[in-house]
Amino acid sequence: MKDMLVQVEPLIPALRRYARALMRDRAAADDLVQDCLERAVSRWHQRRDGSVRAWLFTILHNLAVTQFRQATARGRHMPIEDAGEQELVSAAAQEHRLIYQDVLGKLAKLPEEQRAVLLLVAVEDLSYADAAAVLNVPVGTVMSRLSRARERLQQEMDGVAPGNVVALRSVK
Amino acid sequence: MSQRPITEDDLHAYVDQALEPERRAGVARYLDDHPDVARRVAAFATQREQLRGALASIADEPLPAELNLSRIIENPRRRPLRAWGVVAALLLLGIGGLGGWTMHSLLQEGSNGLSALAQEAAYSYGVYAPDRVRPVEIRASDSVELTQWVSNRLKQPVRVPDLSVSGYRLMGGRLVATSHGPAAMFMYDDDHGDRLVVLTRPMNRGEQNTPMVPQSTGDVAGFAWADGGMGYTLVGQLSGDTLKPIANEIRKQARAI
Repeated sequence: MKDMLVQVEPLIPALRRYARALMRDRAAADDLVQDCLERAVSRWHQRRDGSVRAWLFTILHNLAVTQFRQATARGRHMPIEDAGEQELVSAAAQEHRLIYQDVLGKLAKLPEEQRAVLLLVAVEDLSYADAAAVLNVPVGTVMSRLSRARERLQQEMDGVAPGNVVALRSVK
Repeated sequence: MSQRPITEDDLHAYVDQALEPERRAGVARYLDDHPDVARRVAAFATQREQLRGALASIADEPLPAELNLSRIIENPRRRPLRAWGVVAALLLLGIGGLGGWTMHSLLQEGSNGLSALAQEAAYSYGVYAPDRVRPVEIRASDSVELTQWVSNRLKQPVRVPDLSVSGYRLMGGRLVATSHGPAAMFMYDDDHGDRLVVLTRPMNRGEQNTPMVPQSTGDVAGFAWADGGMGYTLVGQLSGDTLKPIANEIRKQARAI
């Protein structure tokens, strides 16, 4: 267990970040991370060789997906527009606050699977192979989802969200 | 210089700094010559920086006590087996497709009575009826063993209904878990391969004799009733008109025990 402490503890902040970015709710996200850590403790000896980081993200991601499905089945939508990005990001990021709130708001409009891949790759620095393992899809699927996520996010940022009748270009 | 064509994947790997130095240099040269592509790649890199910046502070927050790993190792939180967990597991098994069996109706109808029994039967139907390899654990050819097993576990004499008059053959059965304890499940099919599930288990006090009621939801229809302390339900993907006489037949046979 000493071994586990050494390998897992440094990854908890990243797990929290991923959970919160996915769930967009601090309490729900931390609850999920707690669940994830409990599972990691009880299954530590069952894990196979390979990246501990990818293993933990896999547990966390599967828990998150389960929650999403429950929410969908309950007919309750995850908040998209009004989750209050300010709650997501602490005051430390004050100077860029508006930009950051904006990008998170736009990220939230992406389909769950695109959001997940973008967060794992671009924020959590997982390799494409590790991201594929976490999401349980081939690497090719990771690449195509990543590509769609980036194109879609860029459309949002440029104000040409699909369905917009008038395309608004932001003045840079 | 070896010039493999630049791919979309290369562009993303460039943004994610996942390329070998040589390839990275190749992509950089390509971008120098293709300003439109370079603009797209720059935009992706900006996204990446903004996302990282926006979320960075979360990882700097002090960890709450609940996420203290040493503490979790010492005293794992004992979570009660929540209904949500069970339901989620069922959903993951693919029962989500059972039309109207939503979480909502499940909660509203509570977990008692005939509707609970019918729900349990629908779950079993959803899991086992589509199974082409091992829909039942004990086959009809060993029905004596099947009867003994489920009677022992249910602590009640259970008889396997004979539905041949309705055109359905017994395939076999198994014990299934419900939130009310073990239940006996029997499966039948006809010449078209349509499958029916009969589920039976003891009922709670106060519900031991309840008239037959239809339980129709989505594409799984059924009937449930209780007689002499035992609850029975028949479900399948057939109309109520087709199922009603079969349910009557099961009730008649069970009363003859």
